[in-house]
Amino acid sequence: MGMQFGIFTVGDVTTDPTTGITPTEHERIKATVAIAKKAEEVGLDVFATGEHHNPPFIASNPTATLAYIGAQTSRIILSTATTLITTTDPVLIAEDYAKLQHLTDGRVDLMMGRGNTGPVYPWFGKDIREGINLALENYALLRRLWSEDVVDWQGRFRTPLQGYTSTPRPLDGVAPFVWHGSIRSPEIAEQAAYYGDGYFHNHIFWPAQHAQQMVRFYRQRFEHYGHGTQEQAIVGLGGQFFMRKNSQDAINEFRPYFDKAPVYGHGPSLEEFMESTPLTVGSPQQVIDRTLSFRRYIGDYQRQLFLIDHAGLPLKTVLEQLDLYGEILPTLRAEFASLRGPGVPDAPTHASLVAAAGGAKDSTVYAPADDATGTTDRDLGDPAVQAALTAG
Amino acid sequence: MAKQIAVVSGGLSVPSSTRLLADMLSDAVVAAVRDLGEEASIQMIELRGLAHDLTDNLLTGFARPGLQEALAVVREADALVAVTPVFSASYSGLFKTFFDVMEVGWIDEKPVLIAATAGTARHSLVLEHALRPLFAYLQANVMPLGVFAATDDFGADVYLRQRIGQAADQLARWLAGSAAASAQRRRVVDDELATPTDFETLLRKASGGLAS
Repeated sequence: MGMQFGIFTVGDVTTDPTTGITPTEHERIKATVAIAKKAEEVGLDVFATGEHHNPPFIASNPTATLAYIGAQTSRIILSTATTLITTTDPVLIAEDYAKLQHLTDGRVDLMMGRGNTGPVYPWFGKDIREGINLALENYALLRRLWSEDVVDWQGRFRTPLQGYTSTPRPLDGVAPFVWHGSIRSPEIAEQAAYYGDGYFHNHIFWPAQHAQQMVRFYRQRFEHYGHGTQEQAIVGLGGQFFMRKNSQDAINEFRPYFDKAPVYGHGPSLEEFMESTPLTVGSPQQVIDRTLSFRRYIGDYQRQLFLIDHAGLPLKTVLEQLDLYGEILPTLRAEFASLRGPGVPDAPTHASLVAAAGGAKDSTVYAPADDATGTTDRDLGDPAVQAALTAG
Repeated sequence: MAKQIAVVSGGLSVPSSTRLLADMLSDAVVAAVRDLGEEASIQMIELRGLAHDLTDNLLTGFARPGLQEALAVVREADALVAVTPVFSASYSGLFKTFFDVMEVGWIDEKPVLIAATAGTARHSLVLEHALRPLFAYLQANVMPLGVFAATDDFGADVYLRQRIGQAADQLARWLAGSAAASAQRRRVVDDELATPTDFETLLRKASGGLAS
């Protein structure tokens, strides 16, 4: 697979400004699953969900969502956009995503992000001012939990670990591929480069120059740390489109959603925003042309995700957008492939990582039987339980 | 090379007394710098023309090109002259927004001459209770003397002129001094992009030396 195409969602529960209807959490959660299944059906490669722990989002517990989708799909890669490496315990991330790898036979990767909602940090016992430091320390631990069977660790942000084994071990002995998402923090691009991980620029709420500057920096630092040439760095980009056969129809239909959208609503006009950011509202051909133009300032890249289900757009409309995405997909694939420079790596997958590691190896850690199972600390003082245990 | 002086004027009407004061200060600063044997060039930033961009920046988180350019002028300037009208006992919201959207660290240790206009002299302490704390928070180097002009002062020309001259001299002397040359600012995103902190240093700092 040369380049991957997909969608990412933030899971917002937003009122449809054209009808005044707000979906329930239940409707939005089910819609997310329907969107993911449709994404596979139209031939997309990646479905990624965000993670939020506050209204108006339904994006908490991403691994339950992804596992459920994984059970109803067979091919699409399940990813995150993003996993909160700051406020989520890296021990839980290690366990949850390794489990997800096993359940979905390796159709998993993830994207680390910090999260910019201040109050979420204290709810999880953290401080947003330590955002970068949390991202750096937690990820360093996460890598060790996946790569080392037994970890002794201490740091600033969580309780120490002595003799800890994260289970299950990564599928085939290979940890999920990791992207690092950051709009404007060079430290995170530096982190991605240092480890030879992927770097993803959100790209959608920001002018193209920001993405260009950050991606260039990541590529230079990737080379600096000896992972390969700048062209061999692994880059992903966000994007945002709304398509109709006639561009004016697209603009008329999308404008009310744009005007009241969370994040940028009530601000610049749709036309101004289309000019200063990669948002494309128009015909399928316009979306193709605009998307192809990204590589002119980013270079050849590995993953393109679009945001298509936010701002109160109803499910029916989102599914129509996916149909149109599916229609332009062969052209996007062919055009990007024909423009692609030599030596540009394919998007990483579980299969490619296993191959690079020299083949699959089961990494189960076997341990002695747990003779206390079925008891509690109170039970252990109970003569009847003690008798049963010694008899066993 | 000529000293670059950024002048921010928050006046809204045309003509504006705030802009008038900004122009008087600009001329005085150029003259004062010249008296000390150097040249100064003025770059005037009228916030009125950036009002839409400023609101958009609050909502979208990024500056459109016109605003980006204005912010860069302030960042690159050797000194800043900041002039606001008084609205409801303080600087105007537009004036504040300009400094709200500026990245933290951009005007660290930069010499700033503060000035304000108002309808009456009853607002004259606005320099001390509003502008000075704002620029102190931003870690700018606020000149001891600020200039306040009530509408009346534009008629009683001699006192205002004198005050403008004194404030301009103070700024010019500071610019000529050795402290100006050694002024430092906190690292900002562009610094990190130009000369990145090595990852292992970042990681060590993150864990405060604890991680093993």
